[in-house]
Amino acid sequence: MPEVLTAPLVVEFPFTRSLGPVQSAFLTGLRERTVLGVTASDGRVVVPPVEYDPVTAEEIRDLVEVGTSGTVTTWAWNPSPRRGQPLTTPFAWVLVRLDGADTALLHALDAPGPDAVRTGMRVRVRWAPERTGAITDIACFEPVDGAAEESRPAPDDSAGGVGRPAPHSGEFTDPVTGITTPARLDYTYAPGRAQSRYLGALADHRIVGERCPSCRKVYVPPRGACPTCGVATDTQVEVGPRGTVTTFCIVNIKAKNLDIEVPYVYAHIALDGADLALHARIGGIPYDRVRMGLRVEPVWAGDSRFPDHYRPTGEPDADYDSYKELI
Amino acid sequence: MRDVAIVAFGQSDHVRDSAETSEVEMLMPVLHDVLEQTGLAARDIDFTCSGSSDYLAGRAFSFTMALDGVGAWPPISESHVEMDGAWALYEAWVKLLTGEAETALVYAYGKSSPGSVRDVLTRQLDPYYVAPLWPDSVALAALQAQALIDAGLTDERELAGIADRSRAAAATHPHAQLRGEVPMGEPLVAPLRTGDCPPIGDGAAAVVLAAGDTARRLAGRPAWIRGLDHRIEAHSMGVRDLTDSPSTRLAAERAGAFERPVDTAELHAPFTSQEVVLRRALKLDAPDSTVCINPSGGALAANPVMAAGLIRLGEAAARIQRGASDRALAHATSGPCLQHNLVAVLEGER
Repeated sequence: MPEVLTAPLVVEFPFTRSLGPVQSAFLTGLRERTVLGVTASDGRVVVPPVEYDPVTAEEIRDLVEVGTSGTVTTWAWNPSPRRGQPLTTPFAWVLVRLDGADTALLHALDAPGPDAVRTGMRVRVRWAPERTGAITDIACFEPVDGAAEESRPAPDDSAGGVGRPAPHSGEFTDPVTGITTPARLDYTYAPGRAQSRYLGALADHRIVGERCPSCRKVYVPPRGACPTCGVATDTQVEVGPRGTVTTFCIVNIKAKNLDIEVPYVYAHIALDGADLALHARIGGIPYDRVRMGLRVEPVWAGDSRFPDHYRPTGEPDADYDSYKELI
Repeated sequence: MRDVAIVAFGQSDHVRDSAETSEVEMLMPVLHDVLEQTGLAARDIDFTCSGSSDYLAGRAFSFTMALDGVGAWPPISESHVEMDGAWALYEAWVKLLTGEAETALVYAYGKSSPGSVRDVLTRQLDPYYVAPLWPDSVALAALQAQALIDAGLTDERELAGIADRSRAAAATHPHAQLRGEVPMGEPLVAPLRTGDCPPIGDGAAAVVLAAGDTARRLAGRPAWIRGLDHRIEAHSMGVRDLTDSPSTRLAAERAGAFERPVDTAELHAPFTSQEVVLRRALKLDAPDSTVCINPSGGALAANPVMAAGLIRLGEAAARIQRGASDRALAHATSGPCLQHNLVAVLEGER
């Protein structure tokens, strides 16, 4: 068993999303230190607001303004904050029902320790110093001190009752209509047994495929399984280094960050001894002279772990019949 | 309606890190296992359906690589769900009910080892209001656990007992990742301790479904699917009552789970506190109840993301096949804090 290969793999996207009327009003409101909710079909005030009723799925957009203080409905103490979370010091995750709301909003609570947190405690929004129209405009929640605040009764939830939050037009100058939420996930990629062997051989400038014990086909690069027979390919076979161009295309558009002059040729190459063509760039020959049947060999640049391109060997072209099954 | 049964079930050993094998290399022995159990060759299968997630692999269309393991050339009738394999089984079940197929192969796999699964799972959350805060899966489960404790529905001692019972049940399970005595450990995100949380691991599972007489021919005692239903709740956790699972209850009702008592329940509860919610929703807590809950050890013993739900169906079916159960309930979940739930009722012929 060869050494297991691994390499860092980072997947990172700046997701750009457009907002509907309700989400736009809510996030713009946060920028202006105003928290909006929406009234659902059953009269409940939903915060953060949604565009469709959670029960009936009807479109809803009757916005109301709720308080910036509220009550913790449940919590969890997080001793080890992770990347991207609202606070870098230990904090409590909380669901907070803001005054005037009937549902709860998830956020972080800045508290000295778990003993300072309990369900039912009063908290208020701590605004981020710089706000852009995002959920992170609420930096976190913080405990509200003082007995007067602690004893404040829950808002009256009966429809039209005292304490119902006031309607809000949802209109602000310069509304936020979209958000960009960068996301990054870090992986350690491990290619597995078959591909590790393939990559290990490439480091020695050798190309290895694997033979299916059932149909005898040699796959390159090997993935560990024969897609026809559904069995493991476990016999290594050295293929190439020479091969035959089975088909090709001429690339006329320069790819970003690619230091290759166009036009150039990208080809399928059936390496000698392989039953599957792999693909690579063809060099060392004018692009308009490349043809099916051209015999080629890999060119390794420096200590690269991969052939830079394939170039003509100078041999006579291969017979069509010798590679027609591999096109 | 035609009768459809689970006729074979197989799973890999579940391990913390399977870096030495690719997804397809991990999966292939499991596929061969279930085919051998039924005596079927890959080309005899009418329909194939799989469950997995690109976010675990960090690669787009990652399931296409695993397809090599089922022998997808010449072209086969195939489908994939970016969900737990339990939902792939649901799709295959529907396909068999339509009469378009006699047999189906369902498989699922997940490798959590390449990434940080607690962070990866944040990407399934509401992208506007929640995902930018990166609340990890343990944190969300902990909020639910605290809600249960506040409501007086459980306490830390009961949760520790659930962890203990599950891992004791898995002590003799040949595939389990975490078995026997496991310390409850320190709070990970309080009130949940490490012992309340599932192991992070890699694994795969596969099931063969067959209809009517084909099922009788392929298995000595098929596990007949008497009912299968799945229901979902609002995405926002602040809208839901986290101490209850109305979607599980409704799915169970529609699957016929309440018509007669079951003797076995395989519940997909990655966190101890979630078992409390499920037992209540499924009415498994009657004082005189003799139902055996998670005899496999459940997700607390092995939780390969995307396969753990399918494994619940497989474990329940295997128990029926070997005569240890006559009527079993199997449950699978998806999404934060039991958002989406699937319930199946399986029976053996007496």
